[in-house]
Amino acid sequence: MSDHRIPKRIYYLIFATLLLFTMITVEVAFYDLGILSFPVALGIACFKSTLVILYFMHVRYSSGLTGLFVSAGFIFLAILLVFTLLDVKTRDWQFQPDESGISLVVPF
Amino acid sequence: MSEGHSGLVAHQFETAEQQKETVNLGMWAFLITEVMMFGALFSAYGFYRAQYPAAFAAGSDHLNYFMGAFNTAVLICSSLTMALGVQAAQQGKRKGIILFLLLTILLGGIFLGVKVLEYADKYEHHLMPGINFSVDSPFAAQIELFYCFYFAMTGLHALHMIVGIAILGTLVVLSYRRRFSANYYNPVEMAGLYWHFVDIVWIFLFPFLYLIGRS
Amino acid sequence: MSNTVAVASHPEPDNNYWTAGYGLKSWLLTTDHKRIAILYLIMISVFFVIGGLFAVLIRLELLTPAGDLVSSDTYNKLFTLHGLVMIFFFLIPSIPAVMGNFLIPIMIGARDLAFPRINLLSWYVFAIGGMTTFAVVLFGGVDTGWTFYTPYSSTYSKTAVGLTAIGVFITGFSSILTGLNFVVTIHKMRAPGLTWFRLPLFVWAHYATSLIMLIGTPVVAITILLVFLERVFGVGIFDPALGGDPVLFQHLFWFYSHPAVYIMILPSMGVISEVVACFSRKRIFGYGFVAFSSLAIAVLGFLIWGHHMFTSGQSILAGMVFSILTMLVAIPSAVKVFNWTATMYKGSISFETPMIYVFGFLGLFTVGGLTGLFLGALGLDVHVHDTYFVVAHFHYIMVGGAIMGYLAALHFWWPKITGKLYSEAWAKLSAIIIFIGFNLTFFPQFLVGYLGMPRRYHVYPDEFQIFHILSTAGASILAIGYAFPAFYLIWSLFRGEAAPANPWNAKGLEWTVPSPPPKHNFDTIPVVKEEAYDYSRLEEEVV
Repeated sequence: MSDHRIPKRIYYLIFATLLLFTMITVEVAFYDLGILSFPVALGIACFKSTLVILYFMHVRYSSGLTGLFVSAGFIFLAILLVFTLLDVKTRDWQFQPDESGISLVVPF
Repeated sequence: MSEGHSGLVAHQFETAEQQKETVNLGMWAFLITEVMMFGALFSAYGFYRAQYPAAFAAGSDHLNYFMGAFNTAVLICSSLTMALGVQAAQQGKRKGIILFLLLTILLGGIFLGVKVLEYADKYEHHLMPGINFSVDSPFAAQIELFYCFYFAMTGLHALHMIVGIAILGTLVVLSYRRRFSANYYNPVEMAGLYWHFVDIVWIFLFPFLYLIGRS
Repeated sequence: MSNTVAVASHPEPDNNYWTAGYGLKSWLLTTDHKRIAILYLIMISVFFVIGGLFAVLIRLELLTPAGDLVSSDTYNKLFTLHGLVMIFFFLIPSIPAVMGNFLIPIMIGARDLAFPRINLLSWYVFAIGGMTTFAVVLFGGVDTGWTFYTPYSSTYSKTAVGLTAIGVFITGFSSILTGLNFVVTIHKMRAPGLTWFRLPLFVWAHYATSLIMLIGTPVVAITILLVFLERVFGVGIFDPALGGDPVLFQHLFWFYSHPAVYIMILPSMGVISEVVACFSRKRIFGYGFVAFSSLAIAVLGFLIWGHHMFTSGQSILAGMVFSILTMLVAIPSAVKVFNWTATMYKGSISFETPMIYVFGFLGLFTVGGLTGLFLGALGLDVHVHDTYFVVAHFHYIMVGGAIMGYLAALHFWWPKITGKLYSEAWAKLSAIIIFIGFNLTFFPQFLVGYLGMPRRYHVYPDEFQIFHILSTAGASILAIGYAFPAFYLIWSLFRGEAAPANPWNAKGLEWTVPSPPPKHNFDTIPVVKEEAYDYSRLEEEVV
């Protein structure tokens, strides 16, 4: 698979991009983006890791099977995340901290 | 993971090419299990973060984001040196392998050193759940929860770093003994995949633990 | 197959994998997938007996409404250990680690699995996990139920939860390693000409199973580890008093443990596909549908775990979504059952022992599957949740489905594995005894569960006693049925007739090598030129 010789300058380019986006993600953390702050941080992290996977881990130059394996991992992880968050985001009760400890709050 | 040595093809394979592809796929399958293992922790963390945003933001505030960012940069550097090490292996450059792997080990060591400083700092500030945790806040229980996940996730990640450094150390010795050539460098490549994966975990850990909710 | 071919491909008839080396060391350090399969077979048989003994004690206690045989605490430990041993140490490794290990490389025309040493490692990891669980029994057992629900397991239980958690955690890695080995082997080690759509369905089923092992097991491993950390450090990851959420534990636990049900049943389905085609003398009906339904079950299995949590406090919307998605799993399961029955249609069916188990499987799995739909329906589940209806349902799937499939496989491939023929009459008799005993044990549990008998209680109202008497009586018959094979199969090892290479006149690469197979399976890697289950051509050749 990795018999492709990737030119060194691509490695340096990816490296520079990764550092740049690390700075960006730190910078934007200090702006109040409201509900956008989580998606932005997630998006930047996904972008960075995609670069690592595609170039440092050579997936861009590998067989489709490798790509399928990588995507399978992340798809099943997404299933786990989406369904647990679906539960917690649509509950009509939640734990609420108060002076006496923690109580169960049902809003109706 | 590799079954053969020095270009030898193990008995169950027909060709060296088949062996190489198989080992490669095996490594990716292993990385899937790693994704799911860290993924379970990320999911649990996200589940609580969604329930207690304020408490988790308060917990996050106690972390030193500069140290986190510095460590991110260190790991990205180490990923570069690892990638260059694999490239040296592809070209059969023995000195290149040894140099770049040693650099990677050094950077991994710096990362762990910073991590030790951070953990020591948390200990001093009584932020270690189950050991000396005490915070004056109405959300103390939830902040403790944040720190449970902080230590579980960064601890598991650090464990992977330590294993990675041990693997790289072994490869340096093997390379010094001329075990690799342009025809046989699979272990270096597999170690590279593992190292990059550990880097990716940190790429997600850093913003989620240190940054979100900081503004 | 004529004699000349057999001799030519196998010059030294005694040089099979049994005789390739002698002594304990040649077994404990082997990397031969066939020998590792035998090691697994011995191990899981021991665990099956242990788990069965716990079941015997449970059934004896339930004979009377009063708690007279054991105390409540002991009873809690009994059903916990029964579940733990049967699920983690028997059902999950049963068909994959024994039959899959033995057969997959031969079926795909390879000399071994992709990573033989990792295969051996997985057995040792399994053994260590098993020993840890033995230690749990010595240290007084564990009483959380096999589900480890928090906060009981993490905070309140005074039993050896920590040690059990370590045992299950370790065993999980054995499962991961086996799954990894199978996935990679099936992708990369197939013989020339053996395309995906020429693979035996047994291999497809194991591919789907292995995917679940790879993807699900790490999640439960880390979850159990969190429970362990919570107990050791006294933190509140899942403890509501300390800000944690026990429902999260259930999410993470069932993300693995629901698909784990398919780890148990999918390999059985693979066995059924092989056996039903062989004894109907027909190619399987709708090969592509059966193959893809395995994958569909594996993938859908990850979307429906919340149906275990309808009464646990997850949101109503999540409950509804999980309920609807649960119904979808019925589709690929039904596709399989219909295709197997369609395969038998106009086939020339014969009633050898493996086929009797297949008939048992088809009936019992259908009952188990359909009652699963009752339980997947959000409204009805609230009524029967945590009753004996659930107990009966999953025993119909796991005992009626998975173990029937395992026994079918054991009888179908026993001549291949050991090179000996067992007594067909005894085998048929025990298959029928098992079928009768099973139904008598578990059918009354549907009724008593629907009437309101909760699971995991050992004291119950008098009016339920008749059902429990029937159930215990059935369990005695079932135990006799299970004891028979132990005797006649071991007997066959010493006194059985030598088996020919292909005693059933079946298709598949495993029947082209001698019984038992030589050490490296094939002298030359075969080239496959035909689809699987081409029985019509075989019949023409015979005629």
